[in-house]
Amino acid sequence: MATQHSRSAARLMMAPAVILLLGWMLVPLTMTLFFSFKKYLPLRGGDLGWVGFDNYVRFVTSSAFWPSVVTTLIIVGGVLAITVVLGVLLAILLNQPMWGQGMVRILVIAPFFVMPTVSALVWKNMFMDPNYGLLAHLWKFFGATPVEWLSQASLPSIVMIVSWQWLPFATLILLTAIQSLDSEQLEAAEMDGAPALKRFGYITLPHLSRAITVVILIQTIFLLSIFAEIFVTTGGAFGTKTLSYLIFQRVLESQNVGLGSAGGVYAIILANIVAIFLMRIVGKNLDA
Amino acid sequence: MARAVTQQRKIINTTAAWAVGLLIFFPILWTILTSFKTEAQAIADPPVFLAFDWTLENYGVVMERSNYGRFLWNSIIIAGGSTILGIIIAVPAAWSMAFVPSKRTKDILLWMLSTKMLPAVGVLYPIYLLFIKLGLLDTKIGLMIVLMLINLPIIVWMLYTYFKEIPGEILEAARMDGATLREEVIHILTPMAIPGIASTLLLNVILAWNEAFWTLNLTAAKAAPLTAFIASYSSPEGLFYAKLSAASTMAIAPILILGWFSQKQLVSGLTFGAVK
Repeated sequence: MATQHSRSAARLMMAPAVILLLGWMLVPLTMTLFFSFKKYLPLRGGDLGWVGFDNYVRFVTSSAFWPSVVTTLIIVGGVLAITVVLGVLLAILLNQPMWGQGMVRILVIAPFFVMPTVSALVWKNMFMDPNYGLLAHLWKFFGATPVEWLSQASLPSIVMIVSWQWLPFATLILLTAIQSLDSEQLEAAEMDGAPALKRFGYITLPHLSRAITVVILIQTIFLLSIFAEIFVTTGGAFGTKTLSYLIFQRVLESQNVGLGSAGGVYAIILANIVAIFLMRIVGKNLDA
Repeated sequence: MARAVTQQRKIINTTAAWAVGLLIFFPILWTILTSFKTEAQAIADPPVFLAFDWTLENYGVVMERSNYGRFLWNSIIIAGGSTILGIIIAVPAAWSMAFVPSKRTKDILLWMLSTKMLPAVGVLYPIYLLFIKLGLLDTKIGLMIVLMLINLPIIVWMLYTYFKEIPGEILEAARMDGATLREEVIHILTPMAIPGIASTLLLNVILAWNEAFWTLNLTAAKAAPLTAFIASYSSPEGLFYAKLSAASTMAIAPILILGWFSQKQLVSGLTFGAVK
């Protein structure tokens, strides 16, 4: 029923948001593409001309590239595995009848609201420090030698810190999804004598599959670009250099903008592959 | 009999859930407790949990020595400013998409979402360069703009979802009665939309407060918010656990409290309505 008048008014109201986001997307993206084809060293000679695909080749053939890919995969995969599995279990637990449910929920989601620099530093110093950390005390209590977490077991430590931050997110979303499960269905299955594991496998898990997919996709997008957790714990040392951290170092620390930009283009392509799947699910939901 | 069994199960559930909840919350609790210890007690072996001399000394030291107030003020201005700016731009956009949808509305919404997926590190240098050229490096206004832009898709989406739930008939009735567009927005839509706008505001203040890529890379001494202030503790000198804890507690307390109010909006806001 919208009139011609209200349509043009609507377009006008949308314009600021659309134009701003278009600019935010296109301007830096064009610049990154532009730099990626140049030898550009701001501190050592500046713009040294076009080099074609040289940066792209050099980025993937540098000795730091493959280790950074492996690190990224371990961190993203490890955190996803931990948060999804524990998230499902926690969501089921929190969905049971109990006293003080609201309070427990508040405790569980709290880590999500802690700023990344705080959680990284608290874990690094007060828990993982080999001399004074709480984990060192715990190890000594059981007669073991304290572990130098962030150097000897750097990747598991970072996976641990990041999982602690993201477990609340997974739990909260899966809990929301589980609450929409028809409890009569579960009760009927229970009456028919289906054991708990089968009820979980045939009813609960299929019901959660979409929420799990959404959790995986959204977390992947955020996890691909974790920064502060590495920046304040290891600074990329001890094999914790992810792809985004490597690009950050190329661009800002060694000021090799051309090379870093080529890496940036790879990161953008990678993120877009994940994004396509997420957008499909979200788009389907818009139609419904 | 059946009642006894459920009662027993409830006790088991409660115990298990509280144990897990406290375990997950423990690092935060430990930080808060440590902030009230002296530096010597903070590293005591074996660690002390509650039986220490509670002191507020660390809070005083942090406030005095590190100019904490300025970082706090920067955080408030940047998080608050970027959110308000974002809401001002997003409300008209979400309004028009919800009430005057066209064939392209869905595509525009999805496209906006896709800008959120752009990895920050991929555009770090261009933004850095633009900030230098425009004199925005290490300024609050510069960060406000960047944080507004990265959160704008979420703001538009959340508002769109809320506005969609306002029944269109009410608007049509008002139009029949001869209400102009302006009157429609001010007298009917705004009152109905305020709860949705409020929760959008809340979630985005949280996201902007905790953002730790741009705030670390685009600020130095002048505009650094609390994220950067805390990061400066990563290369400390001497005993500092209690002070680190006090600084951390102050940095996360306001957001923890706000966050607990926004649990419900969190799910639909962060999944773009894919999970409700």
